[in-house]
Amino acid sequence: MAKYAFFLGCIAPLRYPGIEKSTRVVAEAMGIELVDLTDASCCPAPGVIRAFDKKTWLAAAARNLALAEKAGLDILTICNGCYGSLFDAAHELHADKNLLKEVNEILKEVGLKYSGKTNVRHFAEVLYNDVGVENIKAKITNPVGYRVATFYGCHFLKPSDIKQLDDPENPKMLDDLVEATGAVSLYRKDKMMCCGAGGGLRSQFGDSAMKFTEENLKNMVDAGSEMIVDICPFCHLQFDRAQADLKGYALPVLHLSQLYGIALGMDRKELGLDAHVTPVKL
Amino acid sequence: MTAQPNNDFVQEVVARGGDSVTMCFQCGTCTASCPSGRQTSFRTRKLVRMAQLGLKDEVLNSQELWYCTTCYTCTERCPRNVAIVDIIIAMRNMAVAEGKMFDGHRKTAQSFVKNGHTVPISAEVKAQRKAMGLPEVPPTVLANEKAMADFDKILKATGFKKTIGE
Ligand code: SF4
Ligand code: SF4
Repeated sequence: MAKYAFFLGCIAPLRYPGIEKSTRVVAEAMGIELVDLTDASCCPAPGVIRAFDKKTWLAAAARNLALAEKAGLDILTICNGCYGSLFDAAHELHADKNLLKEVNEILKEVGLKYSGKTNVRHFAEVLYNDVGVENIKAKITNPVGYRVATFYGCHFLKPSDIKQLDDPENPKMLDDLVEATGAVSLYRKDKMMCCGAGGGLRSQFGDSAMKFTEENLKNMVDAGSEMIVDICPFCHLQFDRAQADLKGYALPVLHLSQLYGIALGMDRKELGLDAHVTPVKL
Repeated sequence: MTAQPNNDFVQEVVARGGDSVTMCFQCGTCTASCPSGRQTSFRTRKLVRMAQLGLKDEVLNSQELWYCTTCYTCTERCPRNVAIVDIIIAMRNMAVAEGKMFDGHRKTAQSFVKNGHTVPISAEVKAQRKAMGLPEVPPTVLANEKAMADFDKILKATGFKKTIGE
């Protein structure tokens, strides 16, 4: 059984705990063992913390990476922000020995050392690359027939030169993962457009962020979608909450882990669906 | 008032990880790809040009510097492999180092310092967690005082608290 250090991040455990719960249940069903990465902090968030001070962003990320290294495990994330930050920080530290040395000077203060061994993975690509779509299909007990708008988010596939997961302009990984449940993924205009929340836009220029979101929602509805499936709690939050303020949209927003939870027969309460702002009527 | 080019500015952008800034040949692919430029007055190509010309004050004081969502669409498409997001991050870091930051962002940074997370935990979420069989408080820095103290030491060492005026 593949074993990972489960990195929670902020938005999933503190705003959408159903995503955390579903991930735990789904991982086990898929033969992935999750060990809590205890004592971890925020990744830190690329939007504000990296934009404010790259050194702080790197040092705090290195602390999280070092905790996983100490546990002898690779990190598994369920959020594009966490994945982006930790993957990018690990990439920089692994490529630049001087930078690693500088960061280790700081980690020394808390009795940690990072030697550059931690791989950073995203739940979605672990499912795709390690479990495999055919094995997933065989494990689905409650197939669904939803018409889905898949939402990749930005930091899962990009920057693609270092992530190297799928074509960043025309990917299929998430669509295949969604269709493994029996759902149909619908093609739409501008499918890879950003949700608008990132880079600190949501927290400071919410009206601009909302325009990104509305454009996405319009394209989803025009394509005939009846729900959104994301792989990032921050995109998830943006779509779920924005629809309360925008008139005329009511697309339920599910994280991939929640869709899989449904397809594995998980209880609605455990999925946390009633905590969503946009009602999830299935 | 005419703009005053600052020749050291490009060098500082380069030193902070934006070394590809000099590669830009102003084709405009980035602006054409930018979802933010569709909604706002932000023009990616123009911002890169301002950096090249060393228009430090204009860049660091511009609201547009903060309109990028770091979606990387431009970076993927740039024919000169300019790492545009890295350049923007470098310039945002410089603005913040001069004390130029927006309240919405500062609040996120303050929560990061205080909670180790960008958002605090609420009674409502604790109840939701408990109801689904999760520990009320997630097993992160929030659940361990020693871990929180370690996290705090890191922020002290990097000077982050001072940076955000705490
Ligand atoms: S796409 Fe690249 S080369 Fe073209 S203007 Fe933008 S940064 Fe410059
Ligand atoms: S990364 Fe920023 S500048 Fe580039 S396309 Fe996205 S929002 Fe525009």
